[in-house]
Amino acid sequence: MSHISPVLWEFLVHWLEHFAIFPPEASTIAPYADALYFALVGMTITGLVLVMSMVLFFSLRYRKERHPEAVQIEGSTLLEATWTLIPLGIFLVFFVWGALLYFRVYNPPPNSMNVYVVGKQWMWKVEHPGGQHEIDALHIPEGVPIQLTLISQDVFHSFSIPAFRVKREAIPGRYTSVYFEATKPGKYHLFCTQYCGTDHSAMIGWVYVMTPADYSKWKAGNTSGASLAQNGERLFAVMGCNACHTGTSQARGPNLYGLYNTRIRMNDGSTMIANDAYLREKILNPSLHVPAGYVPIMPTFQGQISEDALIDLVEYIKSLSSNYRLQQMMNKSDLDSAQPAPIGPANQGAGAAPLQIVPTPGVSKP
Amino acid sequence: MDSTSIATTPHELESSGLPHAHDHPAFMRHHFEDIGQQREAASFGMWVFLLTEIMFFGGLFCAYLILRNWYHPAFVAGSNTLNIALGTTNTAVLIGSSFTMAMAVYSAEMRRKGQLILFLTLTILLGFVFIGIKGVEWTTEYQEQHVPGINFSIQEFVHPTNPKAIPLAPDMAEKTQLYFFLYFAMTGMHALHMIIGISLLFFMVWRASRGAYTAGHVIPVENFGLYWHFVDIVWIFLFPLLYLISRYR
Amino acid sequence: MSTIVSLPDQSTAKLPSKSYLNQEYGLKSWLLTGDHKRIAMLYLFSITFFFIIGGVLAGLIRLELLTPPADLMATDTYNKVFSMHGIIMVFLFLVPSVPATIGNFLIPLMVGARDLAFPKINLLSWYLYWIGGIFILSAMVLGGVDTGWTFTTPLSTHYVNTHVVTAAMGIFMAGFSSIFTGLNFIVTIHRMRCPGMTWFRLPLFVWGHYATSIIMILGTPVLAITLVLVALERIFNIGVFDPTKGGDPLLFQHLFWFYSHPAVYIMILPGMAVISEVISTFSRKRVFGYTAVAFSSVAIAVFGFLVWEHHMFIMGVSQYSALVFSLMTMLVAVPSAIKIFNWSMTLYKGSITFETPMLYAFGFIGLFTIGGLTGIFLATLGMDIHLTETYFVVAHFHFVMVGGMLMAYMAGIHFWWPKMTGRMYPEAMSKTAAVITFIGFIVTFFPQFILGYLGMPRRYAAYPADFQVLNVFSTAGASILGIGYLLPLLYLPWSLIYGQIAGNNPWQATGLEWQIQSPPLTENFTEIPIMDHEAYDYEWLANKTHHEVQTVG
Repeated sequence: MSHISPVLWEFLVHWLEHFAIFPPEASTIAPYADALYFALVGMTITGLVLVMSMVLFFSLRYRKERHPEAVQIEGSTLLEATWTLIPLGIFLVFFVWGALLYFRVYNPPPNSMNVYVVGKQWMWKVEHPGGQHEIDALHIPEGVPIQLTLISQDVFHSFSIPAFRVKREAIPGRYTSVYFEATKPGKYHLFCTQYCGTDHSAMIGWVYVMTPADYSKWKAGNTSGASLAQNGERLFAVMGCNACHTGTSQARGPNLYGLYNTRIRMNDGSTMIANDAYLREKILNPSLHVPAGYVPIMPTFQGQISEDALIDLVEYIKSLSSNYRLQQMMNKSDLDSAQPAPIGPANQGAGAAPLQIVPTPGVSKP
Repeated sequence: MDSTSIATTPHELESSGLPHAHDHPAFMRHHFEDIGQQREAASFGMWVFLLTEIMFFGGLFCAYLILRNWYHPAFVAGSNTLNIALGTTNTAVLIGSSFTMAMAVYSAEMRRKGQLILFLTLTILLGFVFIGIKGVEWTTEYQEQHVPGINFSIQEFVHPTNPKAIPLAPDMAEKTQLYFFLYFAMTGMHALHMIIGISLLFFMVWRASRGAYTAGHVIPVENFGLYWHFVDIVWIFLFPLLYLISRYR
Repeated sequence: MSTIVSLPDQSTAKLPSKSYLNQEYGLKSWLLTGDHKRIAMLYLFSITFFFIIGGVLAGLIRLELLTPPADLMATDTYNKVFSMHGIIMVFLFLVPSVPATIGNFLIPLMVGARDLAFPKINLLSWYLYWIGGIFILSAMVLGGVDTGWTFTTPLSTHYVNTHVVTAAMGIFMAGFSSIFTGLNFIVTIHRMRCPGMTWFRLPLFVWGHYATSIIMILGTPVLAITLVLVALERIFNIGVFDPTKGGDPLLFQHLFWFYSHPAVYIMILPGMAVISEVISTFSRKRVFGYTAVAFSSVAIAVFGFLVWEHHMFIMGVSQYSALVFSLMTMLVAVPSAIKIFNWSMTLYKGSITFETPMLYAFGFIGLFTIGGLTGIFLATLGMDIHLTETYFVVAHFHFVMVGGMLMAYMAGIHFWWPKMTGRMYPEAMSKTAAVITFIGFIVTFFPQFILGYLGMPRRYAAYPADFQVLNVFSTAGASILGIGYLLPLLYLPWSLIYGQIAGNNPWQATGLEWQIQSPPLTENFTEIPIMDHEAYDYEWLANKTHHEVQTVG
């Protein structure tokens, strides 16, 4: 081998070292996705072999030299029915299989740990509830179900972690979510897969899956000192929200304590659940849905507040719910250490109209 | 098989190439078998084209319905600034022009040249009246600063001058821009179709004056009639959607 | 190897003294022609021109991706290159490819008419195509568009500063060109069939184009109005598609894919139509299950309108609507499977020969089977999450569009070349080209499936080094593929002068178009034929008496 040019040799070695043909399996979803994938590959190979063997066999057996006179055949209803129904049956199996996986990935279990991701041209900004901020990186513990809540500051982005087999678009103007549970510590690719302009291909980063011990260490070493909810509380004061949402009976705005995830009656008689999307919408388009008993006097904050700040505010309002606190503690979230003092409960039933909360059986996290 | 024996040999043809037996009217195109086929093809083609047009406006209607559903108060407020008298007049004008157009088709079928030209001209006039009234409305909207992208002010919706109007919060008032954008896009597209129609009408008056349609060749007039009625019908949908529904009582 | 080709004696044969090619001379006689055959030729030159531009852009993309960093060009340039590649290939090549050239040439011949119903509108559609083409070219020359061919809002409306409006207007024009072609086909097929030509005697080529035309007239206007809205939104800074102004970016996605998904059937159905003709002719057999193949085309056209949301599965649409659209996508895959099986069964007990069009058709069947079945991966909701927006999608649609449609287009061009020009293409050379194309294609696009499962995202100018090996394969394959497409560009013009005289029916095919001289007369038939047999009736062809020849001719 001595006559191989060293440069070429270097090149080949480099290549072989970097030659990947299958992505690592690093989440609880991945084995299911891979099983589905191999079943689909199996179907494709079967179909291809079937068609190709028909074509090849007939081409050899009935080529002009061996079969000079063609036999005219009209068709066969039985055969048509066969190759209509069998593929249809197979496709329907994959439909059901795929749908089950889809619902699993996009419906996070209620006990999952929530991490916010904001996409903007051309970076990912990750916000942990404990106040850790990351750019183009995501640190998560293994073995913990994680929910990402995504939103975009500008155009469509898409948050993709191939090793986990999950992906979700970050869309301007609405929250989306995705769920996964990492199984193997390591460093995995993170991509933006929806074309988002000039530096689309630079909008990449790494996902670090850590053992719970390492993760705790990382968490402690990276906190900015204030949790999202604490940031939100500060913003709540800075933006003057507390001028109206005082939580007292004379307040012009509804009391926000215990609001999160309750069902509220609106002016027009309909009801809505006060989830993340609702809270965000109320800050940007306050008069779109007005709770019963209120007039739309709240100014809009559209264009004055970034998605990050909105997340802080939403987290703050969430933290005003005792239920939510409990939930977050059970979720191994770090909110417990960073709980702001809640504003005192409103004097329900007197003074300004309280929010009409409709009891809803079985509404937990949306 | 000797393949040369299969087909026609062109040498049998007269040198002109086209078999040109002159036993058909002059307006018949040579690639049709007979005049019936030409008539059927032309009218079928027009219907297929109108199908395309429906899908074209369909996209706008779809956007309108979704956004109206979201921002109902803004759409109501926007709708109430329109001048319903002018809109109604315009509807009447258009229906009238459809009538004159139908009469023009009838005149062509009856081979009455003078009457045909009269009705086509009347249709042009009514078309211009429509565009004119629309122009007046657009000018008013410009003066009221209701043209999104050029001059738009939400003042009227936050502090309405109309006592019946419900004042909108500023964020909802902003959404009236969407209403006015769709209003201009829809009426603009419609007016564009009217202008194309009027241009075609001028051409047809010129052709009619030379007797082109009163010698049995009614197809162009008929097809244009279909187009004109279609444009009319689009307005019949636009008028209630943009002007009428949810007026203040 | 035996062959079905039967050419007239070359020492005495000559081209017909009169044909559509020499009816009149001069540029004006071409630019103002109403003859569907001449317009088809104009289209053939035009789309070849745009195919070359799109192909060069594809070559640049592959060259850039040879190495992981963005070193051949800046990322902005790369973004413009792939956007222009997509726009040109989709709107100026694939959509008009078979319908506007081969379809334009053949539909009147196949239904036994002298021309399409509206020759002037046909010519108008060619001019609109060029106006659209010039808009798109000027967008490219003036600095390009970098939104991708999908014009995703709000990126295209508020976040890029390139020639979006120019390109959108170009697509608008090209769209109307396609609407007029579809309109002409529908009216011609409905109203211009010759006596005896019932719906079920039509060649499957015509059925395929009928289905295509339905999509053209119903889908394209929705794209047109959507692009108008994008342009207005850009110019006047409105927010119908912008959430910060109250609009909905998903509304754009719905409207765009309402056309652009059916548009892939505009691109593939005519290809399938070609394959039916080619397979039948070279196996000397009626297409197996004629009605099933005919109705499967229509079924694809109808169901094709009900699946658009499968482009949006991960965009936060309602999960239940995703279920419905996934199910519909599974259903639309079935008619394609039916076609594949019917073509394969057509070979059974045939008398098969392997001329160039047949080789391309075999290529089509193999590659389209892969392309179609990998579509099932993407229709399967859970799998789509991982695969969408990666090179898997790129590979999938290139298998369908290039492996399927381009193969079919090449099959069709070779198959009808003798009819269009009166001369044969060089057989050995063209077979070589077909094999090179096939190999080049597999090497180019197969690695992209693996890349896709690895997670390599689409539209990346730079990518992590792990993906390089497969990308090098892909680029190497692209250069082979390039040769495969270059060869016909050389030998087809050559054959115009040096090719053997083809005679009327070199393939001994049954279609009406093969019973007249090659190249045909301007008026196609001296006398309108009377159809008294089914399509693909090889016994009729064999037993044809002189009398019947006269009726047909």
